[in-house]
Amino acid sequence: MGITFRKETFRDDFTFKNSPEHIRRFPFPFHEDSYMYAVNIEPHVVGPKGSVLENLIDVDEHYVAEMQDRALVLAEDPLRCQSLPHMTLAGWDLLELLMEQQALGYPEHFTLERNGDRWRWINRPLGIDDTFTFGDTSTLPYGPMEYITRQSQGDFCILDQRDGNLWMDAGMVTTQADWSLDFDIGMNFFEWHAPVPLAHEKGIFVRALKFLTNIQQGKPARRLNWTMTINPRLDTSPENYHKWGPDRTTVTPENVGDKVHLRVELQSFWRLPRSNGIVFPIRCYLIKMDELVTQPKWARRLHRVIRDLPEELATYKGLTRYRPTLLEWLSKLDDGSATSPGFGPD
Amino acid sequence: MSTGTTKLDVVVSDVVPVNDLVTRFHFRRRDGGLLPTFSGGAHVVVEMRDGELTRLNPYSLMGSPLDTSEYTISVRRDDLGRGGSLFMHRSVKPGLEMVVSYPVNLFSLDLRAKKHLMLAGGIGITPFMAQTAQLAGSGGNFELHYTCRTASLGTYADVLQQRHGNRIRLYHDDRDERIELDRLLSSQPLGTHLYVCGPAGMINWVRDRAASLGWPTETVHYEHFAAPQPGLPFDVTLAVSGKTIRVGEQQSLLEAIEAAGVDPPYLCRGGVCGQCETNVISYDGKFIHNDHWLSEEDHRSGCKIMPCVSRFEGKSLVLER
Repeated sequence: MGITFRKETFRDDFTFKNSPEHIRRFPFPFHEDSYMYAVNIEPHVVGPKGSVLENLIDVDEHYVAEMQDRALVLAEDPLRCQSLPHMTLAGWDLLELLMEQQALGYPEHFTLERNGDRWRWINRPLGIDDTFTFGDTSTLPYGPMEYITRQSQGDFCILDQRDGNLWMDAGMVTTQADWSLDFDIGMNFFEWHAPVPLAHEKGIFVRALKFLTNIQQGKPARRLNWTMTINPRLDTSPENYHKWGPDRTTVTPENVGDKVHLRVELQSFWRLPRSNGIVFPIRCYLIKMDELVTQPKWARRLHRVIRDLPEELATYKGLTRYRPTLLEWLSKLDDGSATSPGFGPD
Repeated sequence: MSTGTTKLDVVVSDVVPVNDLVTRFHFRRRDGGLLPTFSGGAHVVVEMRDGELTRLNPYSLMGSPLDTSEYTISVRRDDLGRGGSLFMHRSVKPGLEMVVSYPVNLFSLDLRAKKHLMLAGGIGITPFMAQTAQLAGSGGNFELHYTCRTASLGTYADVLQQRHGNRIRLYHDDRDERIELDRLLSSQPLGTHLYVCGPAGMINWVRDRAASLGWPTETVHYEHFAAPQPGLPFDVTLAVSGKTIRVGEQQSLLEAIEAAGVDPPYLCRGGVCGQCETNVISYDGKFIHNDHWLSEEDHRSGCKIMPCVSRFEGKSLVLER
């Protein structure tokens, strides 16, 4: 049984919705009633059936619509996809990883046939059937990274590892929470994280870099990050701030449930075998408040997290303007009773 | 997060004596499948079950990264070492089932380089076997200067010359041939990266000259695995696990900790990756630091030790393990 792919939009009329099954599998990021930064990294191993971790590269009901949205973003702004000249080999590594994982997890939708260097890739949801020579860029319609990330949900940063640091030297970034690949391209780990408040002082980035540079082949890791977005817009980029920034002023007590979305990033980290680089997929999941509060535990907990969030973090995440309206709305769903430990709904 | 890397169950498929000192070992997957792809410069950690002792030694993969049907390593016999290489030479025969780690690369090519200038000494040639194969396969620009004691000990010199022709330059000590290092380093095109692997003296010499001649440090790469040295036995208290252990003459501190059932993380087991760094709680005696990870200040402070290669002499040592 395959996935039923939804027809929906992440712009203009915003028809994006989660089905009831997808609400229950949403990767809710708070395991307790408060939130503070931590190096919350764990091994990226397969999780329970029916969760977003059932496969290491998750494909869901939004796949086709997300790929269409990505194509629209790229048509308007090709600089969302960049690869410095030394990163082509890493692009092939990524192509192999994503084709293998998608074919493994969803054989009804994707097939990879390998015959030496001659590969055939069938992507049924997008109607693609291509045969090409692995390693020979001239046999694909795009570079290897662009080719495969036009067919894979989530943003992808490929980091070159050298001089004890990681360098943002390639990426496909169209579903980002207000950061720009075009601005960050070529930066090292500390440079591109410079705007993050509080975490530097806690030494988090030094420890995180040490961990990431030691990620081993065959042992990927993951963490969750989160923010909030008004309207189910995937492309909240600095380049398009003029389009989505003003949305924050449109939240009213009446439309909170429909407009305000929790945006969760499942970030994973993989060592690439040929290039010795690291790929960092950032998979974005959106859920509107009306959908989220169908799980009473999540409603209570989100209320407490947003209420107690330090001011610097609320500012960094861009919540300041609509936080009071959101809190007022959520408070009605929080009777003060205890929440069970762990992420999942009750 | 974890101890070392994922393991691979392999079988020794071939053992080939290369010359008086060096033997090559071929490994295939026991289940007949392909091995993980690797990048030139990567090593695997080979687990050796030698009676009661378990040794874990890192060896560079020297096959082509384009061929993952087998892994090959070359081991130079060290008659004065702790016995790992002697075990490989004497006891490892075709058909033996062994366990090796997933590949780890701590000496990878900088793919931005316009040219890769490689300097090898002795058995330090092995990572360059894979790197030259990788570069040749993708039309990369490289040049390898290889110093060996005699022609008969010039491991793989013939193979390399056959494969890469005049990209390979040989220097024989017994013929008094020397790399004209200053001239070589002064005549490279912009964008060249320098790689050196060989005895510690050679690595230091090359790094030193490169620095004097104005090479930026980020263009100078070296592989500096220190093999653990044998030494006097010593006793250690592991405070966290509440154990007291003795480190044998031929054993590394890390191996002794592992033999006691405590598993610190590790990757290189050669004093460079930093994974097994261990805090010292108290000591009365003197450290013999052999690593390239801790700073001189760390070494002087007596607060830290790298148990994979460093030792201790004295009355008592208590570690946070």
